[in-house]
Amino acid sequence: MSTARDVLNGPALERSIRFPVEKIRKDFPLLATAVHGKPLVYLDNAATSQKPAAVIEAEGLFYSRDCSNIHRGVHELSERATKCYEDARAKMQQFLNARESREIIFVRGTTEAINLVSNTFGRKQVGAGDEILITAMEHHSNIVPWQMLCEEKGARLRVAPVNDRGEIIFDEFEKLLGPRTRLLALAHVSNVLGTINPVRRMIEAAHRRNVPVLVDGAQAAPHVKIDVQALDCEFYAFSGHKLYGPTGVGVLYGKAGLLDAMPPYQGGGDMIRSVTFEKTLYNNLPYKFEAGTPNIAGAIGLAAAVDYVNELGLENIAAYEDELLAYGTRVLAEIPGLRIIGTAQEKASVISFVIEGLHPHDVGTVLDQEGIAVRTGHHCAQPLMERFKIPATTRASLAFYNTEREIDALVGGIRKVKELLG
Amino acid sequence: MSDLRALYQEVILDHSKKPRNFRALEGAARHAEGYNPLCGDRVTIYVKLEDDRISDISFQGSGCAISTSSASLLTETLKGKTRAEADAIFKRFHALVTGKGNGDKPGAAPLGKLAVFSGVAEFPVRVKCATLAWHTLRSALEGEAKTVTTE
Repeated sequence: MSTARDVLNGPALERSIRFPVEKIRKDFPLLATAVHGKPLVYLDNAATSQKPAAVIEAEGLFYSRDCSNIHRGVHELSERATKCYEDARAKMQQFLNARESREIIFVRGTTEAINLVSNTFGRKQVGAGDEILITAMEHHSNIVPWQMLCEEKGARLRVAPVNDRGEIIFDEFEKLLGPRTRLLALAHVSNVLGTINPVRRMIEAAHRRNVPVLVDGAQAAPHVKIDVQALDCEFYAFSGHKLYGPTGVGVLYGKAGLLDAMPPYQGGGDMIRSVTFEKTLYNNLPYKFEAGTPNIAGAIGLAAAVDYVNELGLENIAAYEDELLAYGTRVLAEIPGLRIIGTAQEKASVISFVIEGLHPHDVGTVLDQEGIAVRTGHHCAQPLMERFKIPATTRASLAFYNTEREIDALVGGIRKVKELLG
Repeated sequence: MSDLRALYQEVILDHSKKPRNFRALEGAARHAEGYNPLCGDRVTIYVKLEDDRISDISFQGSGCAISTSSASLLTETLKGKTRAEADAIFKRFHALVTGKGNGDKPGAAPLGKLAVFSGVAEFPVRVKCATLAWHTLRSALEGEAKTVTTE
């Protein structure tokens, strides 16, 4: 019988001690399943990530032990539920290094966070002839809310261009920050290209012109250490489900002063201090923005996810994913006719590619039969597809539980595609 | 792999690589555009009608192997057919790719080469690829100006 020590060579052994991926994989029940009779190779983490047992159990435990509504009853269960929910908020505050926990608003996800800001802050700050600046690599969720606002107000949406590697052209971006710019809204990490934008520099440039900044952190939160005080952004949004947490919960961070001055988003219970038919007084932060019963179990599950990620360490995660990205980029680039879309210097573990003569949809179908889950299509970034003059890409997005063996399976799958359809 | 061979039959691969009637039709009486927003596939169908008969038909666009070959085989199959015949073939084709039987009843419209799409039924997410051109044709024949989408 061979031991791991026999099988692994020096660097691989060293890495397996530093980042024990095979052990980590066991924390994710779904990773052990089969698809079409093949072991699942899950490479669609930018769409959603799989959940560790700790997250699934935390949600289950809330429902089986503590389930109650929050901020209401005087009874024991309600007190417990409220404490769990507010502890989860404190956890998010630490995760983002926000100054205060009232700067953390629980929302359904990044999309709702951006809509919240456009409907409150945006409606108040943006008028006819004003401008909102975004970038060419935004997800539809960071385009459409601003388009809707511009249409309503007679404002103009400006778009900072990207170069052929998929990086923001900084000079062009700076030129677009003008006297009428009321907000800069940009992705921290591109979901298609993997580009990690120089958000800190971009925020500084915006602040020099007194332009507030919203950062869409949906793709960044699982890969990059976030410090909203160091970034100094006005708003930061991310989704729980891409961070190994449950679906239907996410976070909007906002600077307390701004959130205080903003009108509420939705009306209802929990967001009020007192209601008469003549006048309603709104609640304090963060409750002003959390009308109705929130996703209590989701917030608790997300806190468990953050605990899990913290235990592994985001620096360790990033280092391991960087190695995977480098390996994946190298072996995929060796496939004749394959072109990687998105070759930025600073990149998270996302590899989008096109293969000459093969449509991504056909590639995806064949890979699926091999048990390999990738995303194919425009990835909710149609303008970016037009920028690169392609209808769609195949995207492999890697998480810390993926392995070089799985990337090899992807390469083998692509070979099968070429055999079958080439 | 056997399901995949059934999906990507030789005829389908041949038509996806060398699509027939792949051109704009000069002086076409009708044309319509189809779009699948999920995958970005686009197709434009051009039809020339003489009385009630499709005297010429062609297409242009870009898409996956299934959608391109489906458009190509559509043009081959329907040239010379009446509108009623085209409609009957579409119904049978639709039943075939959605797995609702191949409509092998006496008097049913003959599917001919279109039978190669029977494998699509095993891949429900690809039904839209196979039917995009057909929905677009229907729109062209009905003279609707707007783009057909699969959503």
